[in-house]
Amino acid sequence: MTKLIYERSQAGRRASEIPRPEGLTVPELPSELRRAEPPRLPELAEPEVLRHFTELSTRNFGIDTGFYPLGSCTMKYNPRVNERIVALPGFRDLHPLQEEEGAQGALELMWRLQEILAEVTGLDAVSLQPAAGSQGELTGLLLVRAYFDERGDTKRRKVVIPDTAHGTNPASVTMAGYEVTPVATDPRGNIDVDDLREKVTEETAALMLTNPSTLGLFDENIEEITSIFHGAGALMYYDGANLNAVCGISRPGDMGFDIVHINLHKTFSQPHGGGGPGGGPIAVRKTLEPFLPVPAVIRRDDGSFGLDYDRPQTIGKVRAFTGPFGVFVRSYAFIRSYGPRLREMSEVAVLNANYLLARLKDAYDLPFDRHCMHEFVLSARTLKREHGITALDVAKRLMDYGFHPPTIYFPLIVPEALMVEPTETEPKEILDAFCEAMLVIAREAVEEPELLKKAPHNRPVRRLDEVRAAKRAIVKYGFDEHPAPNGEPVEPRQLEAQKGA
Amino acid sequence: MSYLSLTDADREAMLATIGVDSVDAFFDQIPPGVRFDRELDLEPPLSEQELVAHLEELAARNVDTGREVSFLGAGIYDHYVPALVDAVLSRGEFLTAYTPYQPEMSQGILQAIFEYQTAICELTGMDVSNASGYDGTTVAADACYVAKHATGRAKVVVTEATNPQVRQVVKTYAVGFGLEVVEVPHRDGVTDPDELRGAAEDAACVIFQQPNFFGCLEAAPELAAAANDAEALAIAHVDPISLGLLEAPGNYGCALAIGEGQSAGNHQSYGGPHYGFLAARSEFVRRMPGRIVGETLDAAGERGYVLTLQTREQHIRREKATSNITTNQTLLALAGLVHLSWLGPQGLRETGETCLALAAYAKERLTAAGVSLAFPKQTTFKEFAVRVGRPARDAIREARAQGIHPGYALGRDYHVLDDALLVAVTEKRTREEIDRLAEVLAA
Repeated sequence: MTKLIYERSQAGRRASEIPRPEGLTVPELPSELRRAEPPRLPELAEPEVLRHFTELSTRNFGIDTGFYPLGSCTMKYNPRVNERIVALPGFRDLHPLQEEEGAQGALELMWRLQEILAEVTGLDAVSLQPAAGSQGELTGLLLVRAYFDERGDTKRRKVVIPDTAHGTNPASVTMAGYEVTPVATDPRGNIDVDDLREKVTEETAALMLTNPSTLGLFDENIEEITSIFHGAGALMYYDGANLNAVCGISRPGDMGFDIVHINLHKTFSQPHGGGGPGGGPIAVRKTLEPFLPVPAVIRRDDGSFGLDYDRPQTIGKVRAFTGPFGVFVRSYAFIRSYGPRLREMSEVAVLNANYLLARLKDAYDLPFDRHCMHEFVLSARTLKREHGITALDVAKRLMDYGFHPPTIYFPLIVPEALMVEPTETEPKEILDAFCEAMLVIAREAVEEPELLKKAPHNRPVRRLDEVRAAKRAIVKYGFDEHPAPNGEPVEPRQLEAQKGA
Repeated sequence: MSYLSLTDADREAMLATIGVDSVDAFFDQIPPGVRFDRELDLEPPLSEQELVAHLEELAARNVDTGREVSFLGAGIYDHYVPALVDAVLSRGEFLTAYTPYQPEMSQGILQAIFEYQTAICELTGMDVSNASGYDGTTVAADACYVAKHATGRAKVVVTEATNPQVRQVVKTYAVGFGLEVVEVPHRDGVTDPDELRGAAEDAACVIFQQPNFFGCLEAAPELAAAANDAEALAIAHVDPISLGLLEAPGNYGCALAIGEGQSAGNHQSYGGPHYGFLAARSEFVRRMPGRIVGETLDAAGERGYVLTLQTREQHIRREKATSNITTNQTLLALAGLVHLSWLGPQGLRETGETCLALAAYAKERLTAAGVSLAFPKQTTFKEFAVRVGRPARDAIREARAQGIHPGYALGRDYHVLDDALLVAVTEKRTREEIDRLAEVLAA
């Protein structure tokens, strides 16, 4: 057990020294506004603060630590040069309200990134503002609303979403004030076009689709799907979570999509920081450009760069300023290092995934037996039926072999799903070692199932009781009243629910 | 330059294992009509060295706060970020991890988030904090969604003295949420509690900022009381750096406390990425948006941490989720925790005191130089508004020519304040810099 930083605290100890300008007095604040009791922040000397967080870091696993095939999360190498670049004072210490002439480099970088994303997605205009993929979704749906409202077409309130979709899609639909129309998946892993045809009506505002889907499969009927939606006057929204599969190979705009969000923290290598930050720019067709968030980053006729707030039809702002600029710096640098070789990046991501698939498909169930794109979904259904071994058990056992598990229990239509995404940056030896581990685990499931049931065996903690956590909801340190564990073993009740994506 | 690892021999061997001749076989599933048939029109690849040179050239065309003495604030502040923050954030185990879905792989970040939640609860006087929101604007929209569902009401009230970008984002989200947004004007730089009480009738929540956008201290307990009288949720938008000196919102009747975290631990970075914090009283725990980490036990009875209360979240609840948030700002929130741990309670209080003392000195010097305060009757913290007697943009241009950025032109958001500048004074400013500001603005 590692102490909490609050448990390392000693009254009167400190790390910081704050400048106290001589001869200045601190004005008295009105007593009714003044703080009565100081916040109980940690009190440690600096070396102990650093050691505490260093110790915590050793209890964490990143792509720097090892293979991280968390499906739909695109855990690729994060180039260190991008960290050096983003720390340049001209980027790091630039105030967002600096006058335009004092921020020309930053504005040009954003403008260039917009141009690049328009080219990669095959669309006309880009807003970098959304802070993450799911905020890009909400922004896109608000654009859809604004577009139809402007046309006086107010009956369209339904958004079609396939049953393979990320949970963010339906959650965003509700936040945009729309309703979800679910559509089924056919036996080849495409959208069921017959089901779709019945569900697209004059009340349909849009389709939200990830392509390739969360099954890692490109929808073979995409052209027909587009014609159904555009034929009905509805719009097409592309969830760019899986864009890493198709850069330079197929563009969402060319597929017929009108709005796309791009996850900069997936395809374009912004490190995900244990949960964020991310970036979720959106690219749109010309007809939707007037509604994009403000300010727009523009190049003026004289070649200078600026911010344009004068967009009368804008939906407004979805985040402060122009977006998460540090993310743009890293993604721009990443893209500039590849250039047109982004196509090769996607090809290798797809090759790596198909290689793993070929080596693993006999040991696990494969619900859709065709070549995959950048990821694929296996199932532990047979292991569960015959040996009582679940996807969760396989995932936990992989930890003992030094791998981060794949995404599990997602997509929802595949029971005991294991969703594997290797990305393009892994060498063949790592892919082979992962396959060996997965094959050994499949044998262990038959021969020594208890080994899997009790896994992991060599992580800093054993399986954790998730049910207890949700019931008791201890969500902050309680200081003197904080409960102390009595060391009695517990039943680690884990939720067989989506972990990843 | 690329970051690919396969040799040609690797590729051949892998294609052979798969049983195909080339990668083209994988793309047969893409209908020919939507295949991209040319090369991406992007500039050629750069080597690492060329890349650094190109980005250095772009960075050099920005005037950062190291090249110009900056009194810019208005939501993002030039506070000192200790080296310790950058050191911790450079640990690859944190930097390059995904969301901690698998707790046995992620105890480090999970515990850090738990410690962050504790720090935010201590600062704000609340019972529960999420693991972060995108920034100080989006957490306001998130809070409106909580209030809508907690009260069943369809109106939200925001004071006009709240950061304009916060109000803009609330209005954008309100379209989707089906909420009406009502703004309550400021009176001489602050909000009148009685006026707010009237507006709060039938409102789901009342959002006010403390210190407000003009840097003025609101009668926050009275504003919270005005909201509570109307059974609207009182929501305070607060600056973490002020909370060593100013009372915690939880101690004067607020239901939620939100804010922009940048002041604590984040570089300015032209506006992001930063983190927004959102904390609430325990009765709202199951309506919270975003990730929350909870403490539990492992199979051996040892303490450990997991993502918890996930039935609120999009990946479980889908269209019935309390929010669509997935990726948040964990790494920036970790920076906040490290900064606050470095400060401790004493350092936080002293930082606030230094800001307060320097800002008071700046007010004194500027008024002595003939610049008038926009709201002379109000108490302020680290930021204050002045009237420069000419268009603020002109004053900014003149000052910048002498190496000083004197502040934010309030006329960009408040048309009657065309000659007003919002001046921010952090602990990084010195008396000498303030003296120069006074000289420059007097001229």
